[in-house]
Amino acid sequence: MAGRPEQRSEHRADYGWSHIDAVLDNLDIFREGFVQTLRLSLFAAVSALILGTGLAAMRVSPVPPLRWAGTAYVETVRNTPLTIVFFFVVFVLPQVDIVFSYFTFAVMALTIYHTALVCEAVRSGVNGVDAGQAEAARALGLTFSQTLRLVVLPQAFRNVVQPLGSVGSALIRNTSIAAAFGVQELTGISQRLTTANPGDVVAVLLAGIVCYLVLTLSLAWAVGLTERRLTRTPR
Amino acid sequence: MRMSLTRSKRRTAPTDAIDATDSTTRAASGSRPRRPLRGAALLLAAALAGSLALSACGDDDSSDEPAAATATTFPAGSTMAKLQSASTITVGTKFDQPLFGLKNLRGEPEGFDVEIARIITDALGIPADKVKFVETVSANREPFIEQHRVDLVVATYTINDKRKQVVDFAGPYYVAGQTLMVRAGETAITGKDTLAGKKVCSVSGSTPAERIRTQAPDAELTLFDVYSKCAEALKAGQVDAVTTDNAILLGLMDSDPGAFKLVGEPFSTEPYGIGIAKGDDEFRTFINDTLEAAYTDGRYETAYKDTIGKVEPDMPTPPAVDRYTS
Repeated sequence: MAGRPEQRSEHRADYGWSHIDAVLDNLDIFREGFVQTLRLSLFAAVSALILGTGLAAMRVSPVPPLRWAGTAYVETVRNTPLTIVFFFVVFVLPQVDIVFSYFTFAVMALTIYHTALVCEAVRSGVNGVDAGQAEAARALGLTFSQTLRLVVLPQAFRNVVQPLGSVGSALIRNTSIAAAFGVQELTGISQRLTTANPGDVVAVLLAGIVCYLVLTLSLAWAVGLTERRLTRTPR
Repeated sequence: MRMSLTRSKRRTAPTDAIDATDSTTRAASGSRPRRPLRGAALLLAAALAGSLALSACGDDDSSDEPAAATATTFPAGSTMAKLQSASTITVGTKFDQPLFGLKNLRGEPEGFDVEIARIITDALGIPADKVKFVETVSANREPFIEQHRVDLVVATYTINDKRKQVVDFAGPYYVAGQTLMVRAGETAITGKDTLAGKKVCSVSGSTPAERIRTQAPDAELTLFDVYSKCAEALKAGQVDAVTTDNAILLGLMDSDPGAFKLVGEPFSTEPYGIGIAKGDDEFRTFINDTLEAAYTDGRYETAYKDTIGKVEPDMPTPPAVDRYTS
C-alpha cells in the first residue's frame, strides 16, 4: 500500500500468453496460498458444523435459558460484519492475554461467524421435520436428546444439505478476509504477486479466481453427491 | 483522532519559548482516553497514511551560494517577483500524513512539510494567512504542478528521475528510508541483520514487504492490510518489529507516544524534494538557497523540532541540496 511499486524492469511489452508466466513462475507461492485457504476452510467448517449443530439444538430445546442464549448468539453474530469479528478476535483477545497464532485466530473468527449460519440452516431443517416424528419419538419414551439425535436431526440434515453447502461456499470465500489479518492465503499471495508483477495483474488475479473456483466447485460437487446419497437412502 | 489543536503561531519568531508552550499544551491534551477505540482509531489513521506513495532514487551534490534574506527584491519577471507582488501562493501538501502534512481539526494542515513550505513562503515575503494549502495526493502531484494549480508541492515527494522528466525538484530537504520500528523496551533487535527468527510485520503486497524478504530472509513475515494493525500487533507482542518507510513509522509512533522506537540504519533511500514547474531554474535555485539558509540559521531545526522532533528528537543532518542541471 505504501509506495507505489517501482516500475519493474521485467514489464513485458507483448500482450499475450507471456502473462501466464507470472503465474507459472510462482506456482509454489500459489500452492502455499491455496493450501492455507484450504486449511482455513476445513478447520473452520468442521468446527462450525459441530458448534452450529449444538447451537441449533439449544435453539429448539425445551429449556428457555438455552433458547435465549442461542437466539442471542445467533442474532448478535449473524448481524455483525465478519471483518469486525476478525478485528475483535485478532486485536481484542490479545489485550486480555488470549494469544494464538494468526492462523488459529482466523479459524476462530471464521468459526464464530459461521456457527451462527450453520445453526440457522440446521434449525430450519429441524423445523421442516414433521412434528409428528418428534411426538411419536416422545410417545415411545425417548428423551429430548435421543429424539433429536436419533429421529429429528438425521431427517433435518437430509433437508439442509444444500443450505449447508451454501454456508460452506460462503465460508471458503470469506477466508479471504484473513489476508488482512496476518494469514497469507490465496488473496494475500495474489496481492503480493500483483505488486511483484505489475504488468500481469489480470493473469495473477484470474489464477486466484480459478483457485477459489476449484474449491467452491469441488464443494458444490460433494454437496450434490451427498444429497443424492441421502435422498436415495430408504426411510 | 490525534490532531493537536495547538498550531503554533511561530511564523515570525521561531523561538524556543514557543516550543515549550507547544509541548506543554500537547502534554496536557496528550493523555487521550483512547484505550477502547485505539485499534479502530489507529486503523483509520494508517488507512489514511497508507495512501502515501514512495519510490526511490536520487543523488546529491551541493554548492555554496549566498542565502536569501527575508525582504529581498527579486529580478523582474521571475516567479519569485510575481509571487511576491501577488502576495499569495498555493502550496500542495499531504493532508493525511501524520507529522509531515496532516489536516488538523481546524482544517489547517500541519507537519514538517508544511513548515518547510512556510520557510519558503516567508522568504518570498508572503504573509502566512495568504498561503493557501491544497491537498495533493501521491497520484496528482505532477498534474497539479504541470497545470499550475499549485506553485510548489511539499508532500513527502520522493525525487526520482522519472518525475524529473515532468517537474523539477528543489532540495532534498529530508531523506526518508525503510527502517524498523520495535517496542520501546526491545533490546535484541538493533537492525535488519538481527531479525533472524523474529516476526516482522508489514503491509501485504507493499514494496517494503518485498524488500524485507530479500534484506532479512530469515525473518518471519506477518502481513496485514494497513500499518496500524502492525502497530497493534507489535504492541500486543504478536510481532517483534514493523518495517516500512520511517516517515510512516514516525506517524505510527506519534499516534501512540512512548510505545515504540526506531532501530537500525535505513536500508532504502527516499529523498524528499520540493516540486515546482519544469524548467523554472530561477525559482529552483531560490528555493535551494532558502533551504541552505534555513539549514544554518536554525529555521530548519525549529521546523523539525516542532513536528518530527516530537517523536524522534535526534535531528538527522539536513541533506545537501541537489542543484542538478536539467
